[in-house]
Amino acid sequence: MENMTSLLEQASAAVAAANSVQELDQVRVDYLGKKGPLTALRKGLGKLTAEERPVAGAKINELVQQVTEQINARKELLESAALELKLASETIDVTMPGRGQNLGGLHPVTKTLERIESFFAGIGYSVAEGPEIEDDYHNFEALNIPSHHPARAMHDTFYFNANTLLRTHTSGVQVRTMETQQPPIRIICPGRVYRCDYDQTHSPMFHQVEGLLIDKNISFADLKGTLEQFLREFFEEDVKVRFRPSYFPFTEPSIEVDIDRGDGKWLEVLGCGMVHPKVFEMSGIDPEEYTGFAFGMGVERLAMLRYGVNDLRLFFENDLRFLNQFN
Amino acid sequence: MKFSEKWLRELVNPAIQTQALVDQITMAGLEVDEVASVAHDFSNVIVAEILTAEPHPNADKLQVCTVSDGTEVHQVVCGAPNARAGLKTAYAQVGALLPTPEGGEFKIKKAKLRQVESFGMLCAEDELGMSEDHAGIMELAADAPTGVCLREYLNLDDKIIDVDLTPNRGDCLSIKGLAREVGVLNKAPVTFVDIQPVAPTIDDTFSVTLEAPAACPRYLGRVIRNVNMAAASPLWMVEKLRRSGIRSIDPVVDVTNYVLLELGQPLHAFDLNKLQGSIQVRMPEAGEKLTLLDGNEVELNADTLVIADNNGPVAMAGIFGGESTGVTSESKDIFLECAFFDQIAIAGKARAYGLHTDASHRYERGVDWQLQHDAIERTTQLLLDIVGGDAGPISEAISEEHLPKARSVKLRHNKVNAMLAFEMPAAEIEEILTRLGMQIETTEDASWQVAIPSYRFDISIEVDLIEELARVYGYNNLPVKLPTAALPFTSNDESKVAIHDVRRTLISFGYQEAITYSFIETGLQKLFDNQYEALALANPISAEMAVMRTTIWPGLVKALQYNQNRQQSRVRLFETGQRFLPINDELVQENVLAGLLSGTRDPESWTGKSQSVDFYDIKRDIEAVLNLGGAGEHFTFVADKHVALHPGQTARIERGGEVVGIVGALHPSLAKKLDVSGPVYLFEISLESLLQGHIARFSELSKFPESRRDLALIVDEAVAYESIRKIAEDNAGEYLKQITLFDVYQGQGIEAGRKSIALGLTWQHPSRTLNEEEISTAVQSVLAALESGAGATLRD
Repeated sequence: MENMTSLLEQASAAVAAANSVQELDQVRVDYLGKKGPLTALRKGLGKLTAEERPVAGAKINELVQQVTEQINARKELLESAALELKLASETIDVTMPGRGQNLGGLHPVTKTLERIESFFAGIGYSVAEGPEIEDDYHNFEALNIPSHHPARAMHDTFYFNANTLLRTHTSGVQVRTMETQQPPIRIICPGRVYRCDYDQTHSPMFHQVEGLLIDKNISFADLKGTLEQFLREFFEEDVKVRFRPSYFPFTEPSIEVDIDRGDGKWLEVLGCGMVHPKVFEMSGIDPEEYTGFAFGMGVERLAMLRYGVNDLRLFFENDLRFLNQFN
Repeated sequence: MKFSEKWLRELVNPAIQTQALVDQITMAGLEVDEVASVAHDFSNVIVAEILTAEPHPNADKLQVCTVSDGTEVHQVVCGAPNARAGLKTAYAQVGALLPTPEGGEFKIKKAKLRQVESFGMLCAEDELGMSEDHAGIMELAADAPTGVCLREYLNLDDKIIDVDLTPNRGDCLSIKGLAREVGVLNKAPVTFVDIQPVAPTIDDTFSVTLEAPAACPRYLGRVIRNVNMAAASPLWMVEKLRRSGIRSIDPVVDVTNYVLLELGQPLHAFDLNKLQGSIQVRMPEAGEKLTLLDGNEVELNADTLVIADNNGPVAMAGIFGGESTGVTSESKDIFLECAFFDQIAIAGKARAYGLHTDASHRYERGVDWQLQHDAIERTTQLLLDIVGGDAGPISEAISEEHLPKARSVKLRHNKVNAMLAFEMPAAEIEEILTRLGMQIETTEDASWQVAIPSYRFDISIEVDLIEELARVYGYNNLPVKLPTAALPFTSNDESKVAIHDVRRTLISFGYQEAITYSFIETGLQKLFDNQYEALALANPISAEMAVMRTTIWPGLVKALQYNQNRQQSRVRLFETGQRFLPINDELVQENVLAGLLSGTRDPESWTGKSQSVDFYDIKRDIEAVLNLGGAGEHFTFVADKHVALHPGQTARIERGGEVVGIVGALHPSLAKKLDVSGPVYLFEISLESLLQGHIARFSELSKFPESRRDLALIVDEAVAYESIRKIAEDNAGEYLKQITLFDVYQGQGIEAGRKSIALGLTWQHPSRTLNEEEISTAVQSVLAALESGAGATLRD
């Protein structure tokens, strides 16, 4: 049995000396393999008496188990060391940029349009669109702007011929909606509009969102409430809002809305009013039964105020260095 | 309209400062654009007389003047060419503070100019901030009182208020109208000018006939003989005109302009001795011409009302006078016209000639049809005061039936309350209406019958009155609430792709959204499209914006060029918008999505040099977008040609046999012409088609294994993959699940002019495992069909 004790010591020393999984495997073969000393001891059991055999057998088993456990423990140690070594060698610089495509972005005008649309969609307005090349009737006549009306001079219209023009506002879409649909109507009409004017604050092409709400018992107070709340949500500020009497042939009363963002300066941001009874009549809606309001806003103007852009022309140069700022 | 605040305050003088007044009228709907000082701040500038002006001994352009301030005489060196003995001018004394153009001030000190002492300075208008005029020192009237402070003499402590009136408020295009409005807002009394009839001293009249009475229902005329055209307009009048932006011309024109500003009634004075026969107010005859006061000859449009004498037109009614009959410095006798022209008869007519005058501006907006008698009396009195002469009686040509009718509008209390969402007390309604000059004729059943004053052209229906109530009450004092409404569901067609998703998809592929102009340069347009004749604007703003685009590409390629010129080499853009196609006299306005791809496939990176994009990059992006609605397989790409694209790298996109889009490489010679570096890939697709997807439909998953066979085929290089795919699909039997193209090869080992194509075919049966025999039968059938249909052979 002394032999077994020294055998365990030898095996333990060999296990401890193994510095790799391969070396350790050799130790296993050396001690536990067919030709190893433990197998030899087992073979020697046959020479023992029936009384001695179970005792010696148990001791051999115990020894085998001890050696096996030591090998396994050592194996685990070696494997985890190897793994750590491998992992260490696989360390990368995680601060380097990621691979592949980068994102593009929305044009700030579209970004602003989508925001405006979502505010109004949230309270049940639907989006209506229409042609940019309009006829005189839908752009002017049906909006109570007959051909001789001085308000036409305010529009600086691009013409193709006497009856065909580039729409100066998206109100034509409202007319088309009223012609085909009875109230209640809740729509917004976003899109490109055109005016024959070009400088730092005027572009011959720009975008508008117009809105129209027609129902029974719609009042001036509803118009004020809707636009006041819209402007506060749009700017996400408690902007001061004032309603100033103005004139549009298609609304009455007509209003210009100014805001003050805290610097004491009033800025005009949109025009609106109660739909003029003549507009209702021309589109086949009874003004005694229904009332409504309409409003219109310049998208570029709102985008400029929202994002601090200082030159309208930047919106149409499509300079990536400008556009990327909104991504 | 620009006006002097002091002039207004002569009529109505509420106890509020300028800024409060300006805010008040702005908030009443008369928007003030600008408030300017009549002159900048300055002090110690007086009226002085030049006694002598001698050449400066040491300088050619200077003079040495002696100047009297009324009590003492000072020596002043002056560089103005108009400095001369006897001239009354503005004299800044030593110690005077003058404005600088930068907004500061500087002090006038004793100085030596080229060895000659100078005590003070003689001033031009610009040096006092009164105008831009620097032609010479101010020329004051000969009777200007020497020694008096210039600010007092010229009444310079005044503001010029520029009010931008909306077209409905023609009644405010005069001091009288503005004063009326300010009186209403302040509940303040207004003192209108007292106008008394001028008794005729001669009997002369000049005959007028109204041949177009609907356009001109009232025409007053008056002969004034023996006027003195050498008389000067009084300073107060010249200054008031100047503050309204009107230059003094001669006393007669000045007086008519003054009355236009004061009362809002345009008048015209003819040289009586140049008028022939009689006056007819009529429509022009074909081909009639008129030389206007500005010297331009125009051919008169058939719808332009004219004033004519027996020789033909002498004025464009309500717009502009004629040159041949105008008053000149030689005129002795004049004929004064004061007419009411119908708003619609004048509206838009001036614009047709590119004209816009103070008269047309007022007639287009409506002139008070009851004003003419007052206006001609006022004008006569002012003329007699200034140029003297003998006035004849007023002759009035009138067509009563064509004059506007006195208007009366019914106002219902419940409509006021409903529109304004609060109960406005009846007494308050009546009070506001009365203040506005409306007369309440009857009151019954909670409604009023209201007589409208003749100057309020903008009021003819009930809501016009409600607007007035709201305006005077104050828009901002009215209640605020949110609308209440039923909450119906809105329809949401699931088979439609949202444009939002199309944009987001392209953004995730690195595209930046652009917005380019819808109108472009004609030549550029033609480079991109030889199929449609682009619609041209009749009045383009410039040659660069002349025709409506038939494709978005020119705008995108210009944007590429712009960015490449700014060191942006990797550009991916998309735009959605309308294109305008004139197809057989019909205009089609089509919403399209267009994209542009250029530069490298990936952004510059440490991972290695990225290759330049090619056709298959843009095609992938399109395919992804086309498949957003799950209907990607409905679209096919067919090799095609396009004027702007590379002839070997162009495909039209079809859906159901209809062309819905096109994609390809920008033609290298066009890229060169437009100075952009290539390659550049472009696509454009109909949005309507693109957004039409379908609703997903589940199909049972097979539990049985798939079988795949790979075929390496050799075909002629001209054979399109699509035709091979089609043949394979049609001949592989009903259990074919998928065809994958996994390799294409040309080069060593393959005969020139041929290519190798490797296809992976996958089969699967829904309810059992396919056996080897079934698969090889299918493969054999595919191979046979490919051989006969596409000349394909199996690669060894």
